[in-house]
Amino acid sequence: MMRALTWHGTNDVRVDTVSDPEIINPRDAIIKITSTAICGSDLHLYDGVIPGVAPGDVLGHEFMGEVVETGSASDLKKGQRVVVPFTISCGGCFHCKQQQYSACDNSNPAEKQDMSATLYGQPMAALFGYSHLTGGYSGGQAEYARVPFSDVGPIVVPDHLEDDQVLFLSDILPTGWMAAENADIQPDDTVAVWGCGPVGLFAIQSAIVMGASRVIAIDHYPNRLALAKQLGAEIIDFRETDVREALMEMSGGIGVDAVIDAVGMESHGFAIDNMFDVVKQKVGMGADRASALKQAILAVRFGGKVSIPGVYGGMTDKWPLGAMMEKGLQVRGGQTHVQKYTKQLLEKIEDGTLDTTFLISHRLPLEQAAEGYKNFKEQQNEWTKVILKPGMEN
Amino acid sequence: MSQNSKIGAGLGGVVLTAGAIAFGAFLSNRHQNRGYDDAANHTKRQPEGDNAQVGRSVTIRKPRAELFAFWSDFSNLPQFMENVEAIEAGADGVSTWRIKAPAGQTVAVKTEIASKKQDEVIAWRSVEDSEIETSGEVRFEDAPGERGTRVSLVMAYDPPAGALGRAVAKLFLREPQVQARHDLKRFKMLMETGEIATSARTRDETRAAKQENG
Repeated sequence: MMRALTWHGTNDVRVDTVSDPEIINPRDAIIKITSTAICGSDLHLYDGVIPGVAPGDVLGHEFMGEVVETGSASDLKKGQRVVVPFTISCGGCFHCKQQQYSACDNSNPAEKQDMSATLYGQPMAALFGYSHLTGGYSGGQAEYARVPFSDVGPIVVPDHLEDDQVLFLSDILPTGWMAAENADIQPDDTVAVWGCGPVGLFAIQSAIVMGASRVIAIDHYPNRLALAKQLGAEIIDFRETDVREALMEMSGGIGVDAVIDAVGMESHGFAIDNMFDVVKQKVGMGADRASALKQAILAVRFGGKVSIPGVYGGMTDKWPLGAMMEKGLQVRGGQTHVQKYTKQLLEKIEDGTLDTTFLISHRLPLEQAAEGYKNFKEQQNEWTKVILKPGMEN
Repeated sequence: MSQNSKIGAGLGGVVLTAGAIAFGAFLSNRHQNRGYDDAANHTKRQPEGDNAQVGRSVTIRKPRAELFAFWSDFSNLPQFMENVEAIEAGADGVSTWRIKAPAGQTVAVKTEIASKKQDEVIAWRSVEDSEIETSGEVRFEDAPGERGTRVSLVMAYDPPAGALGRAVAKLFLREPQVQARHDLKRFKMLMETGEIATSARTRDETRAAKQENG
C-alpha cells in the first residue's frame, strides 16, 4: 500500500492509503516518485469544474522519480531517474508520428473514449491524474505511479541536475514553450501574456528566448507580476489599468502582434458577461469563463496571432466571433505535445538558457498535499508553485 | 418468470455475439448499396436492407498484409474482442465462437467463410445450426500516404432477435454498436502498440480481471 493524494469532491482532496500500482502491460514501468507538483489545472479539479472525476481518483500529472520496475517491453532500466510527461502517448499512431503526442489515438482506453468523442467529435488522448474523459489514469501525487508506454514518454535526466530544475519538463515548461511557439513570434513582435501563473511565466521566458521584441505581462497579483518583471517583461495590473487602452498605447496604436491566454476557463474579471459565466459555471450549466481570451482577441492587431495554453473544456457565450473573423486572426491551442519538447528543453536547462526554479515558492511533504491545494488556490500571490516531496520529513 | 429471464439472457448473448462479431460488412454495403451519395449504408438515416447493421472504420498504421494475416486467424480475435471467449476452427471449415453472455452463460455462434480475398477482405456468415443468425465482413484498404490501412467492419444480424436482443443488451451495457466500436479500437491498439490500453492501477482492477471475478 502507498500514500496518495485523492479527490473526494469540490474543495476536498485528501492523502489516503491506496493500493500500490503494478505492471500491467509490457511497455509499463513503475516510478518511485521523488518530486511532484500541483498544477494550476489541478485547481480546476479542486474547484469541481471538470466533469468525469470520481471519488478516490489519484491526482497529479507533474512528476518524476526513480524507475523501480519495468515491463518486458520497456526500455528503461531500474535506478534511472526520469521525468514523466503528463500526456500519455503511444508513439506509434497517426498523431504521435506527427509529434502531435497529446492527440495520441491509443492511450485512452477504448471504453473511456466515448464521452470526449461526443463533446469534441473525436476522442481525447489520455493524461495522468485527471478526468475519466482523459482515461482516468492514477496520477503522480503519490509515492508510486504506473507509467504506460514508458519507452516513449519518460526522459532520463542527468544526476547533476536537481529535481527542482527538471521537474517542470513534465508539463508547465513545455506548455509555456509551446504557447510561445503557437504565437509564431517574429523578431519585431510585441507579445502580451494574460496570466502570470507558472505557464504564463514560462511562456514569457520562452517568448523572450525566441526573440520577441517586447513582452507584456498582465495579472493582478503583485508577486506574480514581480516574477514576470524579473524575467524581462513589462507588466500591467488589470485592477489598476485599462488593459486594452494600455496595450493600444504600448503598441503605438497598432495592437499587439501576438497574445497568449495563460488563464483559461476560470478567468477572473469584472466584466458583466464574466459574471453571468461565473453563475452558470456554479449551477452546472458549464459555461467556460473566458474573459481574458475575449479581451486578448480585442487587443491583438489585425492579422495577429492568438495562442491558448489556458485550459478550456466546454462552451462559452458572447464570443467575439466577428472580431476573430474580421481581423483575420490565427488561433492555436491544444494540450501540450510534451514528448516533442522534452529533449530540447532539457538542453536549454543544462546550458542555462532557461531558469526553471525561480517560480517555486513552496516545497512540502506529500502528507501536506491537501494544505498545498488550499493555499495554492487561496493565496495565489504568495503560493506561486508548490512541489510535493513524498520522501520529505513531515 | 424464470423462463422469461432465461430467454432474456439468451437474447443478450445473441446481441453480444452480434456486437462481438460485429467486425464485419460495411464496405460491401458501401459499394453494393450505393445510392444517391457515397456514404456507407450503416450511416444512412434509414439503412437499406432487412437486417440490423453495425459498422465502423479505423485507420491503423500498419501494412495491409500484416493486418489481414492477423485477422485471417480467427483464434487471434478474442485478444481484442472483449466478449468472445474463444474461437475454435473445426475441420469442416466451420468456426465456433464462444460468446460470453450475462449470468455466466455462453452462446455458440458457428460461422463459415463466405468470401476471402488476400489482403483485401474476409467475410463470414453463420451456418444453419448456429445459435444466432449473423454475418460480418472486414475490409482492408490502403490509407493515403503513410497512414497505413483503413480497416472497415460491418456486421449484420437478424433483426427480430436483434431488436429485442438490443434492448436486453442495453440493460447489460453491451450495445452492439458500442461493443463493435470499442473492439475495433482495441484491435488498433494491439496492432499499433502491441498492447491494449488500460487505466487500471493494479492487475485486479483491469476489465478482464473484473469480468473473471464476476
